[in-house]
Amino acid sequence: METSHSYLRAKIPEGPLEEKWTNYKRNARLVSPANRSSYSVIVVGTGLAGSSAAASLAEMGYNVSTFCFQDSPRRAHSVAAQGGVNAAKNYQNDGDSIYRMFFDTLKGGDFRAREANVYRLAECSGHLIDQAVAQGVPFAREYSGYLNNRSFGGVQVSRTFYARGQTGQQLLLGAYQALMRQVHLGKVTSYTRHEMLDLVVKDGTAKGIIVRNLDTGAITRHAAHAVVLASGGFGKIFYLSTLAMGCNGSAIWRAHKRGALTACPSWTQIHPTCLPQSGTHQSKLTLMSESLRNDGRIWVPARLDEMRPPAAIPEDERDYYLERRYPAFGNLAPRDIASRAAKERIDAGFGVGPLKNAVYLDFKDAISKQGVEEVKKKYGNLFDMYEKITGVNAYAEPMKISPAAHFSMGGLWVDYELSTTVPGLFAIGEANFSDHGANRLGANSLLQACVDGYYILPYTLPHYLAGLSAEDRAISVDGPEFEVAEQEIREEVQRLTKIKGTRTVDDFHRVLGKLLYDYCGLSRSSTGLLEAIAKIDSLKKEFQEDVLIPGTPDRMNDELEKATRVADYLDIARQMCEDALTRNESCGAHFREEFQTSTGEAARNDAEFAFISCWRYGKNGSEMVREPLEFEYVKPTERSYK
Amino acid sequence: MNFLLKIWRQPSPDSKGRLVSYSVTDISPDTSFLEMLDTLNESLVLKGEEPIAFDHDCREGICGQCGFMINGRAHGPLTHTTTCTLHMRSFQDKETIIVEPFRAAAFPVKKDLRVDRSALDKIIMAGGYISVRTGQAPEANSIPISSEAVEGAFDAAACIGCGACVASCKNASAALFTAAKISHLAQLPQGQIEHKKRTRKLVETADQLGFGACSNTGACEVECPQQISIGHIALMNQEYWKS
Repeated sequence: METSHSYLRAKIPEGPLEEKWTNYKRNARLVSPANRSSYSVIVVGTGLAGSSAAASLAEMGYNVSTFCFQDSPRRAHSVAAQGGVNAAKNYQNDGDSIYRMFFDTLKGGDFRAREANVYRLAECSGHLIDQAVAQGVPFAREYSGYLNNRSFGGVQVSRTFYARGQTGQQLLLGAYQALMRQVHLGKVTSYTRHEMLDLVVKDGTAKGIIVRNLDTGAITRHAAHAVVLASGGFGKIFYLSTLAMGCNGSAIWRAHKRGALTACPSWTQIHPTCLPQSGTHQSKLTLMSESLRNDGRIWVPARLDEMRPPAAIPEDERDYYLERRYPAFGNLAPRDIASRAAKERIDAGFGVGPLKNAVYLDFKDAISKQGVEEVKKKYGNLFDMYEKITGVNAYAEPMKISPAAHFSMGGLWVDYELSTTVPGLFAIGEANFSDHGANRLGANSLLQACVDGYYILPYTLPHYLAGLSAEDRAISVDGPEFEVAEQEIREEVQRLTKIKGTRTVDDFHRVLGKLLYDYCGLSRSSTGLLEAIAKIDSLKKEFQEDVLIPGTPDRMNDELEKATRVADYLDIARQMCEDALTRNESCGAHFREEFQTSTGEAARNDAEFAFISCWRYGKNGSEMVREPLEFEYVKPTERSYK
Repeated sequence: MNFLLKIWRQPSPDSKGRLVSYSVTDISPDTSFLEMLDTLNESLVLKGEEPIAFDHDCREGICGQCGFMINGRAHGPLTHTTTCTLHMRSFQDKETIIVEPFRAAAFPVKKDLRVDRSALDKIIMAGGYISVRTGQAPEANSIPISSEAVEGAFDAAACIGCGACVASCKNASAALFTAAKISHLAQLPQGQIEHKKRTRKLVETADQLGFGACSNTGACEVECPQQISIGHIALMNQEYWKS
């Protein structure tokens, strides 16, 4: 599959690590205020990355159009992030610094991210907290009135800012309100219930998009000087995941088919603390915030044939396996490690619950030390949510939790400017691969989405626009490229609805999700991945011949909406397996069974795999291009949390 | 468990709707209400019929996209719960369940149980924000805010914009939704300068959009998934007269 030996370069600015971003900003081209209104920008997705970028660009004076599939920009899935957002403010005076945060993030990602990008993320983190507070985000405060922090996995300082268990919601409302302000001022046109179905490229440059109105079925063209994809992650490919039902990979996949390279698509974070699957009816696995691991202790019974209820199992017959295996970090071990450790215990037969597919998350000790009221204050809404969904009171008995697909570290490849390999096409937030390497640390995703949208794109996108030639500045939805792209989408939706086969879209999606979770989930092997690729190919063929979509494409059609997404998932799944298959090492969330240490930890191979796997689309399989990772400031070490 | 469902079907905004009966069987009590509808929809699709359109997304009670009337109550029989976190164990076996869209002049039906709630966005557009430019802001700790003030603001800011308050109100008033935003920003020092103008704008915009007046029945707070109190409406009214 790897046939090309060309390399990608990321346009990292010159200078020492801590001056690179400043140097970039100093030299970036500008567009004068009077000229900005003659440029149009399309933003696809209105989560934290999309809303913050759209609001910022509109404030600068550009004409912005936003597109989201939800019925309001406020509903994008950033809303569901619970625990918090990291920033190197060092308010706790516990040894934090920009460098420390940079190092934690790079190490958390198992040294598979660019130093310069990660440093910039840490550098911009403090400003984001200032910004959010100015917008009215009600972060938790100490009684003195100063901002409070808590700890998250993979770090030994308290740098996480939070708004109860609804930090994502509050940050998104801040960005959404900034966006609505610009809609009111006429600088942003907001298209809700619209889904991007194609990217229009002319002479190798992004010129616009084709969208379908999900309420009416109307297919329309939209032209712009630049297109920004902020369409989020594609973890819903596993069917059962922590993501919203509508989350999808179609925008990035269709851009990929038009020339944008993807990077490390198989790096999926499987989150350790989710509600376990309880039956076949299930449509999603709800996340319980990682913040619970600050006070909850994770354990399974030490005896294989344990039948007693959790409260009746004495301390010495419990296996607090994270504390046992990783004493330095204990229950706050990073997500990839915590998930794999849970899987190891569950696979060995120690799982709890009716399907023996869960582990306990126990607050007994926290409640006896701090009292119920204190625990309620910190996590009340999470305990309420747990009770609503499971009917169980977690103050009285331990929660049952299990790993579930959560975050896509992979996505569209972007350079330091967040530009994809197609000029004029940018990717921000979870839609890009970038700062998280092979494993994202908790509370860094809200941060990355906001930093991309509020702080980076407002410099790099104008830099691109200012360099456009007079010829490139003329935009129009007429012309053969738009014509052809629109026609292809019309044909695609017609063809799908005319198949009238015998199986539902969800049926295919469930089969694909199970397949991917088994072969390209928490652990992977070359034989399994080869088997998965063959199975995905035949599933794709069955889908194209046998999917059943009632109704027609020229009006609201929920099944068609799902079908276009699943059609893309089938292609993405194949590329994920190809990606996992060619990386003959274990790193972060990518755990290849053939490459592990004697104690079952991931065995990284820096000599051969210190690169980003970038993929070029091909009808008969993808072609890999490398971006070498160079470490000038940090020496990659074995990632130990013991 | 088995249920008889009577569900509102309306093919398009202009067409006439009606209740259609469906029976569903063999539903586990741990199935969520929406998953029960998924099961029904899958059986409809297999018969070549159009599935029931309903809004939903996060399915964990926070995005505010789901919501319809179940046996006459917004989000169903439990208080302070979204439709997506409602489970069938909250119903009796063999129960007849009537499912209809949210009804309000400002929320026209798009199809079946799906309504247009863009009027709520328009209320926020009118001034539901602090007019600060992005990218630049003073050091976060330069304005200490008491823990009580932040918690009070949070109680209002927690609104998920589902519209259950409007659907529960006999006047289809958006008073709770509007008051929540006014109260969130009014309780923080950053929001003070624009406070009077914001209050006036939001209240007047809600009126213009066709939402009714508040007559203080308190029906909205019973159904609000985020337990937002009508105390915020009192604050809004007081501040509106002051403005």
